[in-house]
Amino acid sequence: MSAIANPASAAVSAPAAIVAPIIKVDQITKSFGANQVLKGVSFEVARGEMIAIIGASGSGKSTALRCIDRLETIDSGAIEVAGIRVDDPAVDLHLLRREVGIVFQSYNLFPHLNVLENVMLALRHVKNQSKSEAQKVALAALAQVGLDEKAGAYPEQLSGGQQQRVAIARSLAMAPKVMLFDEVTSALDPQLTGEVLRVMEDLAAGGMTMILVTHEMNFAKRVADRIIYMHQGRVWEVGPGDMLDNPQTPELKAFLAADL
Amino acid sequence: MNFSLDFSSLAPYWPVFLRGAWLTLKMTTVAVVVGVCIGVVIAFAKSSRNLLVARACGAYIEAVRNTPFLVQIFLLYFGLASLGVHMPTFAAAVLAMIINIAAYAAEIIRAGIDSVPRGQIEAAECLGLSTWRIRWHVMLQPAIERVYPALTSQFLLMMQASAMASQISAEELTAIANTVQSDTFRSLETYIVVAALYLVLSVLVKLLAYGVGEYIFKRRRTIRRAALLARRSAHATLPHLPMASAAGALTPMSHVPFIHGVSKPRDVVEGSVS
Amino acid sequence: MIGSFSWTHLWYLVDSIWWTVVLSLLAFVLGSIGGFGVMLARISTRTWLRNMALLYIECIQGIPLLILLFIVYFGLSVYGFALPALVAAGIAMMVYTSAYLGDIWRGCVEAMPKPQWEASECLSLTRWQTLRLVIIPQATRLSLPPTIGFLVQLIKMTSLASVIGFVELTRAGQIINNSIFQPFLVFTVVGTFYFLLCYPLSRWSASMERKLNVSNR
Repeated sequence: MSAIANPASAAVSAPAAIVAPIIKVDQITKSFGANQVLKGVSFEVARGEMIAIIGASGSGKSTALRCIDRLETIDSGAIEVAGIRVDDPAVDLHLLRREVGIVFQSYNLFPHLNVLENVMLALRHVKNQSKSEAQKVALAALAQVGLDEKAGAYPEQLSGGQQQRVAIARSLAMAPKVMLFDEVTSALDPQLTGEVLRVMEDLAAGGMTMILVTHEMNFAKRVADRIIYMHQGRVWEVGPGDMLDNPQTPELKAFLAADL
Repeated sequence: MNFSLDFSSLAPYWPVFLRGAWLTLKMTTVAVVVGVCIGVVIAFAKSSRNLLVARACGAYIEAVRNTPFLVQIFLLYFGLASLGVHMPTFAAAVLAMIINIAAYAAEIIRAGIDSVPRGQIEAAECLGLSTWRIRWHVMLQPAIERVYPALTSQFLLMMQASAMASQISAEELTAIANTVQSDTFRSLETYIVVAALYLVLSVLVKLLAYGVGEYIFKRRRTIRRAALLARRSAHATLPHLPMASAAGALTPMSHVPFIHGVSKPRDVVEGSVS
Repeated sequence: MIGSFSWTHLWYLVDSIWWTVVLSLLAFVLGSIGGFGVMLARISTRTWLRNMALLYIECIQGIPLLILLFIVYFGLSVYGFALPALVAAGIAMMVYTSAYLGDIWRGCVEAMPKPQWEASECLSLTRWQTLRLVIIPQATRLSLPPTIGFLVQLIKMTSLASVIGFVELTRAGQIINNSIFQPFLVFTVVGTFYFLLCYPLSRWSASMERKLNVSNR
């Protein structure tokens, strides 16, 4: 039957949690004015896991992701990331944002800086690294996403896929413990989506803890450790990739049918 | 009617005129540099969460923009003098110009800052940058590039407004014109010469502003150079047309359209097609 | 003798506002006619006309209004015309206005999309008809905010007429200050009157601009 609001009791095998979960989301609610977007969402993410959150628009998946990095504040519930209580009003945001990296749908690269400067900015001014140190780290991150030879180019000279990869490198360079991806391929042409997904697959293989909100079902099925399906502000089904071949709830069935 | 214009009597005054032009340029540059810095602070203060500060900045900007500069100069110079504060006229003129330009610069810069997409500010916050770092690196730098033409125009407008400083006897080009024309009784010629000097200063400032802009906004340089390189390499790889055949006549290249055969039914859906 | 600011003084200032308004309107109306001509010259198909208009605009915009005022005032008196200050100030400000408005309106006309011209051409309208019936009506809406903004500038610029002795608001303030020596009070009152004249126009211009941007999105 459907697994609503209590994914731990889902009749699917989840990987045994060897280490304590690095992210704990516990019954969070969030309203925008009269519209309640999150109605009690809970899940946990172990270190090194890749979680894909899928759902129709309006299901609250992006909001839930943004709450983890405190881009939105929750109305009730608790969120803990790497031991930091995100919902605590006195939380040290700088500490939190060093542990969490986030990549946005619209890349949000700084247009007046070239690629290398974009990646180096936070390294120099948040981690207070020297220029040469920051340059080394930045070039390594760019090499990891395959763009080190574009270091001197400006964002407007790059394709959407390249810009998104730079955005990933920018977050990666800060060596976060967790990376969040908010529909990062939704704004890209199909040809450019592949290069970004490849980078994300490499990151997952390297052991990065990742949460992605995505519409790329095939990618999620193939690469994610667990998929969370959200519907109308609640976790509706949770399970590994092949959950998508055996949807248990009518809502997920309808969602998958519409998507293909 | 006396139609002859006699510029020759002004000839010995050339160094005086040039000195006046230099003073005008100096006055304007100092005022603009300081005024823009203050304008940046006011632009950020105007969106402060403290309502009193925000409203005060708004009131200051509206007061300056809706009153004449001449009245502002009089208020500052004569007003302060009546309170016992006697400043040299050059300082008073520069101070009045600073107060004036800070208000206009604040509006211009605020428009530039407001046009920075919210997403970039979010991205900067999520990278852990502090508020003032975000303001400088993410908001101000692109904003200044965007509003640079407007700031240049303000400089030129301020240079012309500096002429009003002559009314409090500050030494600049117009005041010197007044002195020269009362010496030589050649008023029309004097003011024509001075008008020409203002025009020359205008052109100089525009050229300088262009040069400075090209230097500090290296993004434009880099992109223009890359576009130039791309155009050159595109020309180099244009396919050469086939040479005439041995018979000497070019065979016309006619295009034969490809007509598809009966298509096979598609039985395999490949990948996810959006 | 430091005197006190009395009601008589206040009325004197209020009276002089009339002359500020007269000079502003005179310059604006006459300058608009001139500016329209300058705009037409700037978009003309004849190169010499375009370049002459460009030269005119660049020259007038490159020199301070005060210098222009002196050139008109002293220049015309040299040639034997003994001009009342109002006329000299009016002519100088009319020239000033025509250059600035011509440039603003040219910008608005050139902002009209090319397809509008092409469509009119295909309907075999002449260039002048296209301008009159298609381009200018649309450009007018776009030009209102900057034109009103310039009117505010103009009202403030009338204060310069005080330098050649025309008794408008600023000169009236100077006259009163010379007799009672209270510059702070006098010029604050003068500034307030200018503010009352200009601020409503500034707000109107800003609100029109907002409405335009909303409709353009």
